[in-house]
This record gives sequence, C-alpha cells and structure tokens, in this order.
Amino acid sequence: MEIDRALVWLQATPLATTIAENDVLFPWIESVHVLAIVLVVGTISIVDLRLIGVASLDRAVSRLMHDVLPFTWGAFVVAAITGSLLFSSNATNYAHNFFFRGKLVLLVLAGLNMALFHLIGVRDIGTWGTKRKTPLAAKAAGGVSLLLWILVIGFGRGIGFTMH
Amino acid sequence: MTPTLNKSLNVICAWIDQTPLSQAIQVTNWVVPTVQAVHIAAIALVASSALMIDLRLLRVFGADQPAKAVLSRFLPFVWWPMIVLLATGVIMIVGEPARSLKNPAFQLKMALLITALIVTAVVQLLVRRNPKFADKGARRRGAAAAIAVASMLLWACIIFAGRWIAYYA
Repeated sequence: MEIDRALVWLQATPLATTIAENDVLFPWIESVHVLAIVLVVGTISIVDLRLIGVASLDRAVSRLMHDVLPFTWGAFVVAAITGSLLFSSNATNYAHNFFFRGKLVLLVLAGLNMALFHLIGVRDIGTWGTKRKTPLAAKAAGGVSLLLWILVIGFGRGIGFTMH
Repeated sequence: MTPTLNKSLNVICAWIDQTPLSQAIQVTNWVVPTVQAVHIAAIALVASSALMIDLRLLRVFGADQPAKAVLSRFLPFVWWPMIVLLATGVIMIVGEPARSLKNPAFQLKMALLITALIVTAVVQLLVRRNPKFADKGARRRGAAAAIAVASMLLWACIIFAGRWIAYYA
C-alpha cells in the first residue's frame, strides 16, 4: 500500500535511523514529549475544571482561557514535534500498534470536542462566563475533554508497554 | 551510597518483593501501566498549577490580579494531587521495588521532589506575609523571579527523572 511505502521511507530517513540507533536520543526526546503532554493536559484541565464548575470560579471563563490556552498550544506544538520524531524511528510498527492508533483517534475526538465548544458553546458565554455556575453544555464539554485527555495519557503509556 | 545502606536497601527490596501484594501486582500486567497513567495525569495538574504560580511571580501571567488570588486558585492543585501521586507511586514501588528504590533516577527524583515542595511552601509563606512580594521593589521582584525559575526547572527535572527511571532499570 502507498501508506506502508511512505512509512518505510520515513523510517529510513537519516534522522529516523539516528534516533533509532542512538542510545540516549530516544529517551531524551521522549522526556521532552512527556513534559509537553503533561503541560498540555494540565493546562487544559485548568479550563475544564472551570467549565465543570469546580475550580477557578473567581475568574471569568474567557479570561482564564486567554491566560492559559497560549501555553496549551505552545506545549502541544512541542508534543507534536517530539511525537513525530519518536514515531519516525519505528514508523511501520507504531502505525500498526493498537494503542498508537487509539491515541490518534482520541486526539481527533478531543479536537472535535474543543472545536464544537469554540463554535457553539461560547456563543452565549457573555451570559454565564463570569458566573460561578456554568450551563450543562459547558459542563459536558469540560467533562468530555478531561476524560479524553486522561485516555490520551493512558493510551500513550499503552504504546510504551506494547512496543518493545 | 554506603555499603551498609545499600545492604539494608537490598533487604527491604527483597522483603517487599515477596509480599502477596507485590506478587499480585507482578502477575497482573495491566496494573503498572494503568497506575502510571493516573500518576502522569496527577503530575499534569501539579506541574501546570505550579507553572501558573511561577509565571505569576515572573509577572508573565495574570499580572492584572493579586499574586494572592493566583496562589489560592492554583496551590490546592499542587498539594492535593500529591496524595494521588504518593498512592500511585507506592503501588509502583511495591510492584517493582528494586527497579525503583535502587534506581539513581528514582533517588534523584525524590530529592528534587522534596526540594520543589519546600520551594512551594516558601512561596506560599512569602506571599502570605507580603502580598506584594512579587510586585513591589526591585530586590523582592528579583527574588520572586529567581524562585519562580528555580521552581519551573525543578518540576521539569522531576518529570525527566521520572521518565529516566525506565532507562536506568
């Protein structure tokens, strides 16, 4: 298949073989990947917990998102780059790993949940964004996001335990 | 590490290893990955909350609100998840005692963790005593910034050391 050929090519690139063959490169990239994911999930959780109505209730939702989300995006970019480097070192096997595939699906779902909230959920934010009590739709968006990101971590760990 | 200390550590590890709980964790292969996922999720809350506090001390984040307000919002998420981290950490130690307790990366992680917690407590006390600690006076602001940078480095190193436990085993 086309995609399998592309994966074989990716895995044979000099950068990918260097990561695969070097003793310390993979652990170091992986450490940065974990640090980045920790910051992605942690900062998103701060917003999610506000949407659910359990934390940061003294701060308006839009202010909190404005404060926190730039760091989420910055960390996400680092996680995506380091994740791609790790993937390239063993692309054909990762691509067939159950947990790797699951993690990608979960990331897409988390993205859709976020897009839905930013398109529809924030429409009437003017009426509830400064209040401590949040509407059901906001609670649902926050709860779904929290659950999906915890699963992303779980599936990520699953990759580590099934690949070597 | 002194030979006597090393010897008693061996005895402790061997004892934990033969307990029924350790044996149960060792033969149930989903326990360690699941507990690790919960451990990382709790670290996410702690590290991100500590980052928000540190960025406020640096006046990069939320400088429009008092440091006290930022601290009271985020400090609970540094302290409370510690219970989850301790519990999941203990389960991992019981499941693989020698792999963790005798591991230089683990030992470094614990030393860094204690330092980070002390730094957090110091920040808490300083801001309680002087709410303008991070905002008034060049010397105080410099001190607040230095503490914030040290805290961020400590938490990053804790996460790195945690990942390296797997590579030193």
